Amino acid sequence: MSFLTLENLKKSFGQTQVVHDFSLAVGKGEFVSLLGPSGCGKTTVLRMIAGFETTSAGRIRIDGQDVTALPPARRQIGMVFQAYALFPNLTAAGNVGFGLRVAGVPRRERAARVAEMLALIGLPDLGDRYPFQLSGGQQQRVALARALAPRPRVLLLDEPLSALDAKIRVSLRAEIRELQRTLGITTIFVTHDQEEALSMSDRVVVMHQGRAAQVGTPAEIYDSPANAFVAGFVGQLNRLPARVVDAGTGRVELAGHPLTLAATLPASGQVTLAARPEAFRPAPAGLPVEVETVEFLGALRRVHARLPDGSALVFDMFNSPDAPAPRMGERLTLAVDPSAWIVEAA
Amino acid sequence: MTITAATPAPVPAPPARRLHVGGTLAAWIGVAPFIAFALLFLLLPTLTVVIGAFRAPGGGFTLEHVAGLSQPRIVSAFWISIRLSLATAALGCLIGFIVAAAVTRGGLPEGLRSGVMTFSGVAANFAGVPLAFAFIATLGRLGFMTVLLREWFGFNLYATGFNLISFWGLVLTYLYFQIPLMVLVITPALDGLKREWREAAEVLGASRLQYFRMIAMPILWPAVLGTFALLFANAFGAVATAMALTGSSLSIAPILLFAQIRGDVLQDPALGYAIAFGMIVLTAVANLISILLRGRAERWLK
Amino acid sequence: MRLWSWLGFALGAVFMVLPLVGMFEFSLRARRGEYSLDAYRSVLGDPQFQATFAYSVVVAIVTIIAGVLLVVPTAYWVRLRLSRLRPVMEFVTLLPLVIPPIVIAFGYLRQFNTSSFLPLTGSARGTDFLLVMGYVTLSLPYMYRAVDTGLRTLDVATLTEASQSLGASWVTILSRVILPNLWPAVLSGAFLSFAIVIGEYVFAALLDRPAFGPYMVWVGGNRAYEPAALAVIAFGVTWACMGLLTLTGRLAAHHRAARR
Ligand SMILES: Nc1ncnc2c1ncn2[C@@H]1O[C@H](COP(=O)(O)OP(=O)(O)OP(=O)(O)O)[C@@H](O)[C@H]1O
Ligand SMILES: [Mg+2]
Repeated sequence: MSFLTLENLKKSFGQTQVVHDFSLAVGKGEFVSLLGPSGCGKTTVLRMIAGFETTSAGRIRIDGQDVTALPPARRQIGMVFQAYALFPNLTAAGNVGFGLRVAGVPRRERAARVAEMLALIGLPDLGDRYPFQLSGGQQQRVALARALAPRPRVLLLDEPLSALDAKIRVSLRAEIRELQRTLGITTIFVTHDQEEALSMSDRVVVMHQGRAAQVGTPAEIYDSPANAFVAGFVGQLNRLPARVVDAGTGRVELAGHPLTLAATLPASGQVTLAARPEAFRPAPAGLPVEVETVEFLGALRRVHARLPDGSALVFDMFNSPDAPAPRMGERLTLAVDPSAWIVEAA
Repeated sequence: MTITAATPAPVPAPPARRLHVGGTLAAWIGVAPFIAFALLFLLLPTLTVVIGAFRAPGGGFTLEHVAGLSQPRIVSAFWISIRLSLATAALGCLIGFIVAAAVTRGGLPEGLRSGVMTFSGVAANFAGVPLAFAFIATLGRLGFMTVLLREWFGFNLYATGFNLISFWGLVLTYLYFQIPLMVLVITPALDGLKREWREAAEVLGASRLQYFRMIAMPILWPAVLGTFALLFANAFGAVATAMALTGSSLSIAPILLFAQIRGDVLQDPALGYAIAFGMIVLTAVANLISILLRGRAERWLK
Repeated sequence: MRLWSWLGFALGAVFMVLPLVGMFEFSLRARRGEYSLDAYRSVLGDPQFQATFAYSVVVAIVTIIAGVLLVVPTAYWVRLRLSRLRPVMEFVTLLPLVIPPIVIAFGYLRQFNTSSFLPLTGSARGTDFLLVMGYVTLSLPYMYRAVDTGLRTLDVATLTEASQSLGASWVTILSRVILPNLWPAVLSGAFLSFAIVIGEYVFAALLDRPAFGPYMVWVGGNRAYEPAALAVIAFGVTWACMGLLTLTGRLAAHHRAARR
């Protein structure tokens, strides 16, 4: 039984429809990320859940209750914004306690809850500071505590880490996830950073032009992208033109080299084959390539090479002392797992 | 708009750079003309007035002139002036705030806003003599509205006891430049309110009123206070509008001072100094109060 | 919410527009039973009007020139070399908004009277000069703020260093480098000063100069419909000043955008 349900949400601004038939069921305590390029409608979906945007069509349910027509104040939702959005005239404690104050929670009880929340985010001594006296990371943690203090049913985060510098971003990522697990709160996290989405989430929704292109666990999204957009957006992908030789047996020709695929093929004509860099490995026989440049990535080397027909190919090699790095201009042959190919109609 | 000048935003000074322009003395010579000007045409004249208020006819110190302010005629002039300035500053702030809020936050079309701002720039500077004429032409005994009300609706404005040449007539007239001044100054402050603050408050369960009372108003308060003091001083020093409107039938402090300078109507030349000094004290106090209150309201801005 | 906004806006608009309609309608009533431009004809044809208006225009222009010459180098210098003086400058330039103008004018009469160390009020030229100085003082808050804001958007220190490294003198730097980059700010201060000065009454009346403000008061006391016509004209002048001000602001924004 899902806790937060979005049913066929639609949103239009004037003539342009920016969200199309968006449906999603989120279980209680689940952490779901909305991942997609800029302008694909992530924020819009989130703002519809929060109630800041009206829905053009569709329903939103939380814990069985239809909240589609409720104002934001009555949805019992916590939200964290991209650019802190702490109230500048209130201290950290004042910010955290704001939701309780407007709800009429007595002062004593409020103070206890605020102290508890500040301790939870690891800033027990900074309650008296004003936002301008806090660092970006601290501000964002206070914002998180503020959103959580009134015990919301759902937590919404709109790119909460994108205004922070890289190091804090990574550590706060872990903190948010940990806090979310401890509290068991149902969470929707919007980001355009795939690493963030893949590392934090129970499930990821990849969005494309206002639609859910794929919903799945991070592993599903990465390993078996449902379509070319997802494959291209999440991780790196080689896309190569090929000619179908025999659709029945899965035989194609790629840059003059014959291959046999596990995927179903269109009857004939041109297709585009896609595969991730890690699907290739040097082998005594296989796809012939010429090395152009080699990037050193620590445990891996990323090799940029060309096929005989001139199309570019990127593949990864493990970095080990006994396997010397390929040189520029060196010719190699690569083997590919037949099931690693994704076929798109050309 | 340049009027925003009145509540200057604190601007961090750019990091000082070392330039080859000679020593400190040379640096001060650069501002010498301005210092001379400010001394000669702003500070010394003011000082002259202040000193004059305390100088006995033969030289030496006296409180006699300032004590002379307790004449009923002067007290009442000051009292009217204070009430007039308070009323127009308060109403100007209130109405100006509402108009500015309607234009910036109320979902009115974008084009309206720049129109309102330009118009406010004009109206805020359309003070003095012509403004009085405009109000006489509109609400005077033969004015446009007076005639219109009488002929179309059979409503005799002046029979209700209304008189343009009265305290409230003056309030109405002053509001014509006070309201747009407030709009000009407060609009940037309203723009400074982030949408996320309202949304964060809303999603935390606050009503519109709670948001306004607990977040928006405290944030805007310093700007409002500063503007209030500005409007107060603005009304307190206004002579031309009142004079062109009422002749000198309504005795407010600046008109009394004007008449005194022109023709010594109080039969004591030194009383002019005392009145002028009183006016300085009042506007200074208004500004001081606003600065103090602002300091309290801005503690989260340090 | 939107309804309330419209309502608030509409009430404000009515209050602000009615007096304009009133003065315009009134100014056309000079001839009995029909609308005419007689009041305007009478005003514009009045040699007194022409003389006082011309006088005030000249005074306004001189005020602006004097104000620019005073404020631009000072603001520039304070930004460049004396940033610790900035709070003082802020304070001094805001004083004219706090001290009532009539008090300043009164101070002038006493400080520069015929038996003082600088008997400016003794001669007509001297009084004219004093009037201009008074107007520079009145427009100081606006002029200084405009110029200082303009300087903030320029990188004064870099511009100056660059010019100095090319061997430019101070006068050259100010007139060839700083001023041209500062035109929009200077102009906006100038238009505002013009609007303030053109119909000013208190200084002109107390210093007894034949300016437009005292003329308007005189007409107000002696004529019926001409004052309304004068108000329309004055409003037109203010409107023109503010229109030009907005325009220079926009042009400057364009200019900056184009340079990026
Ligand atoms: N108030 C609005 N009026 C008109 N169009 C809007 C409005 N808000 C968003 N849009 C449009 O809707 C589309 C989706 O916007 P949205 O903010 O949801 O994107 P996003 O996925 O959050 O992008 P980003 O990663 O840049 O934040 C965009 O094309 C945007 O221009
Ligand atoms: Mg977004």
